[in-house]
Amino acid sequence: MAELKTEEMILNMGPQHPSTHGVLRLELVMNGEIIEDVKPHIGYLHRCFEKHAEAMTYPQVIPYCDRMDYLASISNEFGYAIAVEKLMGIEVPERVEYIRVIMAELQRVASHLVAIGTNGLDIGAFTPFLYCFIDRERILEIFEITCGARLLYNYIWIGGVSRDIPEDFQKKVKDFVKYFRPRIKDLNNLLSYNKIFIDRTANIGVLPPDVAINAGASGPTLRGSGVKFDLRKDDPYSIYDKFDYDIPVGEGEKGTVGDCWDRYMVRVYEMEESLKIIEQAIDNIPEGDVLSAVPKRVRPQEGEIYFRTETPRGELGYYIISDGTVNPKRVKARSPAFCNLSLISQISQGAMIADIVAIIGSLDIVLGEIDR
Amino acid sequence: MEQFLIDTFGDNILTYIIMPVPVLIFLSLFALGAVLAERKVSAYMQDRYGPNRVGKGILQTLADMIKLFQKEDITPAKADKLLYNLAPFIVFTATFMGYAVIPFCSLYIGADLNIGIFYFLAITSLSIVGILIAGWASNNKYSLFGAMRAVAQIISYEIPTALAILIVVMIAGTLSMQEIVELQGGGILNWFIFGGPGGATKYILLPFLFAAFMVLYISTLAETNRTPFDIPEAESELVAGFHTEYSGMKFAMFFFAEYGQMFAVSAIVATLFLGGWQSPFGELIPVLNTPVAQIIWFILKGCIFVFVQMWLRWTLPRLRVDQLMILCWKYLIPVSFINLFAVGLYIVL
Repeated sequence: MAELKTEEMILNMGPQHPSTHGVLRLELVMNGEIIEDVKPHIGYLHRCFEKHAEAMTYPQVIPYCDRMDYLASISNEFGYAIAVEKLMGIEVPERVEYIRVIMAELQRVASHLVAIGTNGLDIGAFTPFLYCFIDRERILEIFEITCGARLLYNYIWIGGVSRDIPEDFQKKVKDFVKYFRPRIKDLNNLLSYNKIFIDRTANIGVLPPDVAINAGASGPTLRGSGVKFDLRKDDPYSIYDKFDYDIPVGEGEKGTVGDCWDRYMVRVYEMEESLKIIEQAIDNIPEGDVLSAVPKRVRPQEGEIYFRTETPRGELGYYIISDGTVNPKRVKARSPAFCNLSLISQISQGAMIADIVAIIGSLDIVLGEIDR
Repeated sequence: MEQFLIDTFGDNILTYIIMPVPVLIFLSLFALGAVLAERKVSAYMQDRYGPNRVGKGILQTLADMIKLFQKEDITPAKADKLLYNLAPFIVFTATFMGYAVIPFCSLYIGADLNIGIFYFLAITSLSIVGILIAGWASNNKYSLFGAMRAVAQIISYEIPTALAILIVVMIAGTLSMQEIVELQGGGILNWFIFGGPGGATKYILLPFLFAAFMVLYISTLAETNRTPFDIPEAESELVAGFHTEYSGMKFAMFFFAEYGQMFAVSAIVATLFLGGWQSPFGELIPVLNTPVAQIIWFILKGCIFVFVQMWLRWTLPRLRVDQLMILCWKYLIPVSFINLFAVGLYIVL
């Protein structure tokens, strides 16, 4: 039989599409159900963060940091605050460090819950998504009693935190840890080890470690490929060197190292590790005043700094240039999700249209951070 | 029922118009109830309340229906208008025509054809024509993808469905739905899932019939595009598949047809394997064998399967299109052939 002549079809996926995690637009070149090429188009959520920052004073930038990765606001503030503190040479009290780490790790769990839930949702499992959101709700409640906000906190300030933790904070956090451990098991039973879920994610979107490193991938995306790199261990900041925890990496348990399932599972393991950190920190919060080191006027010396932290999505770096005034001359953010997204065309060659949503889900992108 | 109507109104067109009315009423009520049930079932599975505002939630579907009536009826600018408007009616009509051979009780069946089950298979396949037209005429790439998937899926799953049904037909020796149900009278052990009527040797068939039952149920899930086989309308990939562009009442028609099909296939499974309208107690309790009780039994059995469909939908992720085909061609069809061979051997011996 003569070969049938087929035509490629260009399919525009997004910016309004249920599973592009925001306003990502993918230009797919399709051969039937098979994807020949993917071009991501970004910029639909661009809000001029970096330009705005130039007109703000240093503390005023923090709410803008919140709005970059809106699923992990605390982690964003954390990096920025430390960067400015280093620039000014501020030593923050021990109590502040503990509170920041606990909050950042709770935020990591909350963010991973969204990542895991939406990854399942992309593959068609609706119920685990809602279970994840129920658990996330408990974390947001803790944030709410602490700083009044549920999504965009403006909690970590330069030199401290905006207010001290409430009296029942420790009890609530401990209750959450106790409640959440069995929930991870439930989640694994319902979704992670589900036959259909494994079929849909194992051996899909395989990201080899060398490609990941070359593209500057970080966070669970990099660790899913088996590279043990986590800034909390490899370039410790704050008080992360005081705690005992592991860095889970993808091992190709169900397929190839670096497939969607590995990236997904690294997040599940990381939640457990975060719980470990929280457990170690929660009982050892020293006494002190959280506002004692907050400067009246933030006016760093002339100079520049690049500081990076490990957010739930990977390595978030801030490059800040100060010209000695109250406004930063330049604030540049190095966004982990941006680098991770850049891999999409390489790892989805030959995938099917159903796989591309699984791949996007496993990269866990947040467009607010990519476009800034 | 048919005879009664002919006696009352004479053998004219009026009779045949009135005949399907009870089914249509039932179908409308069922769709209203099932949509609500689906939302409530999913809500309780997901640790939330579900609709609880409009009339304590009971009237929610009705309110949604009224809302859909008011919606603007949009036809995309470059759509093929005739086909675009025709498609939802083809899909709905095909589904509704399938109800003609579903025996609700010993007195009511739309048309007791001597090829009843064959008619059902043939007529419900007609709905894919409507789906294909919908996908093509919308002039939308997502719709086209959805339609292509739907056609591939439904045609593939026709085969295991037909093979599983064939097993029952072989044992029953008839294609007529009423006769198949009547054969299963006299208690739960005479249902075809337990080998149908016959001596003790029929229990040899138990594993094969149970396998056939499972094959039929899985295939019908695929034919109604329910999760985990809902790839034609996979919302995370194809937005809404073949009905992406439809709004208002045309969308409601597709929706109505989907729920109609859910009950139709459940009813077929119940009729073939679980004794249709037969009471599980046989003649022991005569009051449970009156026509009214029969209708209740029948709807109850159908609703159990509808519930399982909902249960699966809110538990499982979705298969990919190639995995769906693998399941059909590599597992269900070989299993069906083995079943067919084994049951054939038993009948010959």
